[in-house]
Amino acid sequence: MADTTLPLSSGGTTEPLQFHVAEEPHPPNGTLLGFWLYLMSDCLVFACLFAAYGVLGREYAGGPTGAQVLELPTVALNTTLLLLSSITYGFAVLEMQRNHQRPMMLWLTVTGLLGAGFVALELTEFAHLIEAGNGPQRSAFLSSFFTLVGTHGLHVTCGILWLIVLMVQVSHKGLIPANKRRLMCLSMFWHFLDVIWVGVFSFVYLMGVLP
Amino acid sequence: MPTMSTPSELSTLIFGRLTLDQLPLHVPIVLGTFAAVAIGGIALLGAITYYRLWGYLWREWFTSIDHKKIGIMYIVLGLVMMLRGFADALMMRAQQAISFGHSLGYLPPEHYNQIFTAHGVIMIFFVAMPLITGIMNFVMPLQIGARDVAFPFLNNFSFWMTVSGAVLVMLSLFVGEFARTGWLAYPPLSDIVASPDAGVDYYIWALQIAGVGTLLSGINLLTTIIKMRAPGMTLMRMPIFTWTALCTNVLIVAAFPVLTAALALLALDRYVGTNFFTTILGGNAMMYVNLIWIWGHPEVYILILPCFGIYSEVTSTFCRKRLFGYASMVYATVVITVLSYLVWLHHFFTMGSGASVNSFFGITTMIISIPTGAKIFNWLFTMYRGRIKFEVPMLWTIGFMVTFVIGGMTGVLLAVPPADFSLHNSLFLIAHFHNVIIGGVVFGLFAGINYWFPKAFGFRLDPFWGKCSFWLWLVGFWVAFTPLYQLGLMGVTRRLSHFENPSLQVWFVIAAFGAFLILLGIVSMLIQFWVSFRRREALRDVTGDPWDGRTLEWSTSSPPPPYNFAFTPLIHGQEAWWEMKRHGYRRPVTGFVPLHMPKNTGAGIILAGLSLVFGFAMIWYMWPLAAISFVALLATAIGHTFNYQRDYNLPADEVARVEAARTALLDSHG
Repeated sequence: MADTTLPLSSGGTTEPLQFHVAEEPHPPNGTLLGFWLYLMSDCLVFACLFAAYGVLGREYAGGPTGAQVLELPTVALNTTLLLLSSITYGFAVLEMQRNHQRPMMLWLTVTGLLGAGFVALELTEFAHLIEAGNGPQRSAFLSSFFTLVGTHGLHVTCGILWLIVLMVQVSHKGLIPANKRRLMCLSMFWHFLDVIWVGVFSFVYLMGVLP
Repeated sequence: MPTMSTPSELSTLIFGRLTLDQLPLHVPIVLGTFAAVAIGGIALLGAITYYRLWGYLWREWFTSIDHKKIGIMYIVLGLVMMLRGFADALMMRAQQAISFGHSLGYLPPEHYNQIFTAHGVIMIFFVAMPLITGIMNFVMPLQIGARDVAFPFLNNFSFWMTVSGAVLVMLSLFVGEFARTGWLAYPPLSDIVASPDAGVDYYIWALQIAGVGTLLSGINLLTTIIKMRAPGMTLMRMPIFTWTALCTNVLIVAAFPVLTAALALLALDRYVGTNFFTTILGGNAMMYVNLIWIWGHPEVYILILPCFGIYSEVTSTFCRKRLFGYASMVYATVVITVLSYLVWLHHFFTMGSGASVNSFFGITTMIISIPTGAKIFNWLFTMYRGRIKFEVPMLWTIGFMVTFVIGGMTGVLLAVPPADFSLHNSLFLIAHFHNVIIGGVVFGLFAGINYWFPKAFGFRLDPFWGKCSFWLWLVGFWVAFTPLYQLGLMGVTRRLSHFENPSLQVWFVIAAFGAFLILLGIVSMLIQFWVSFRRREALRDVTGDPWDGRTLEWSTSSPPPPYNFAFTPLIHGQEAWWEMKRHGYRRPVTGFVPLHMPKNTGAGIILAGLSLVFGFAMIWYMWPLAAISFVALLATAIGHTFNYQRDYNLPADEVARVEAARTALLDSHG
């Protein structure tokens, strides 16, 4: 490790080494990195649920198959809502960077409504399945389906709750650095859920309806 | 509760399935333990009240976000839980030593099964993990020249979540029962059909609540190491302990979510009636076993890597030499980190996954011994021609090297699939993993505690009782576990509470005697703490550098001030403090500046307390209480985010006052 010994090996120099800094340095804020790490750990939870679906997704136990119970039109609408909400959150962040609080709040509201629409549609889908006797207890396939999709939906619900809290905080305190940082964290969270949904949509729904 | 046998609807609504029958009024052993714990607890609480310590504890410790205090609290938690976990061990050794032929021993099987489950769960999750996290918390920010961790509040919250998990496990001793499934709760034994009572639910909720703490602490420490190193400390200039802490926290962040997911699926099977791991309707129990070991194998490296770091620091300090092969030590640590994810299947070669899969995992397992062996050689070469001082931390280190190498070799034996087919689930396996966990993790933690104790409290630990503890542990370990290797080779399987073959008994008696020696080792350690406290003036360290150390934590006072360093250090090489000393560094006594410090908060302990209530309510099906505590949890968490004033400026005058006191102290001791 040449670079690590360099300052000492140049011992001939007369200038004494400084061993502390006189001014207090400001280490970079770690919140965004920490939140990234959290998202990656959350991603692993989803990875496990995907793996469980991969193992159990064809274990129908005499119950319905994916092709029989999954309704692609509903899911197409659902997917559209969620993908749109990611775009509107992007618009909100653009307004945030320009310090335009009112349009930002407007975009956040649209985002929240789209997210709520997504959750409502998903709950309707779940209710239909359970009504028809195809609840999570029916087969390993339905257990893993409900858990994976439901966990994602639970995350979106938490995101909406967080969004509401943040909007209250922004309206109280304005776009101060702490609030901007929080908005960026929620932004990452929201887009992350979008990415997960792309996986759910392709892996569970599109591949699930294959015979 | 109005009636015991047929609870009314109201009491079922409020208390769920918890009835007075669940209290262990008919089990004398548990009742005796409960009496002892209750009397001891009341005495402790009474003493705290009598000496008016509640305010002090609340302000200075419970709500503290100082990483040093949180680290110490983690270590206290780990040591207290070690007494519980070891009591379980003694009970098992006593049962197995006497339960032969007509004698059934003193523990009924269902009680014995709870004891070995609790022993494993407590020792891994509530002894080893808190001790590891505690030492990382205390030492790592000091080693990298930081004022605190990246997220000080989260640190306090993580600690209290771990405490809540531990409290749940302890509660299961007196309210209901603990799991009877073994420490990993494999289904179908752990599903609702085979284990309908609250034991497995205690297990699930204790681990989930503590797991939140562990995961957040992993994210926190990882961010701290990446973002908050002092200027000049490049990655390849970090002390080895910090390197191992980095790798361990990477493992925590990448492994604990898998445990969370696996336990969540098990909980869904038990609470909702899903079919993930059931034997009917398409469930697959082996998926649980795979998932739990995808977490479980990295977990053992989460425990051992920081201990490798401790041994590295200790060896280089007490041999008065730069660590041999720093770079190879770093690479070995990283290689182990990666490989730890590629070996999980060796825990169940007998699953029947076929020769090629088993060969793959057997070979990856054997490969791990290469970087580990490299580390052993690095420590040996550091000792070679060093001026070795046989202080207590160094004794633990040498004891580790001898013990761990043998444990590693029996591990390679078990990594050979055909051999594993006959040794699987035998006492040979038990002896092997105790050999590496006691010889590796526990010895390392004790080395670390003896090494950094003076930094934490300003006085060294008494060496005489430390040496007693070391020799009793070392000898006791070998006397306790060599017979288990022998029994395992003879085909005796684990988790049995009774034996028919009288020829086996002598080995179990020897093992019980070994456990007794370890008990004396633990008692010696408690005496060591007491004696050291009494002799603290004689053992006082005023320099802050009692061992002539080499890394940054020894450059500040013992115990360090709340802000750790009056001025942020500037790093020029691998052994920052050693180089400062070589260059005749004099600590500055003027020019102090105000410092930015995080503020204490009670939010962490409140949130963790609510989580405890929520977990308890879920275990006993007290749905209204569960709903209330969950809403309270959410409201408190949201309420906490409305607090924007989380830090304050420590005025320069205050820093100057603390530093002047240290200057005066140093001058008065020449």
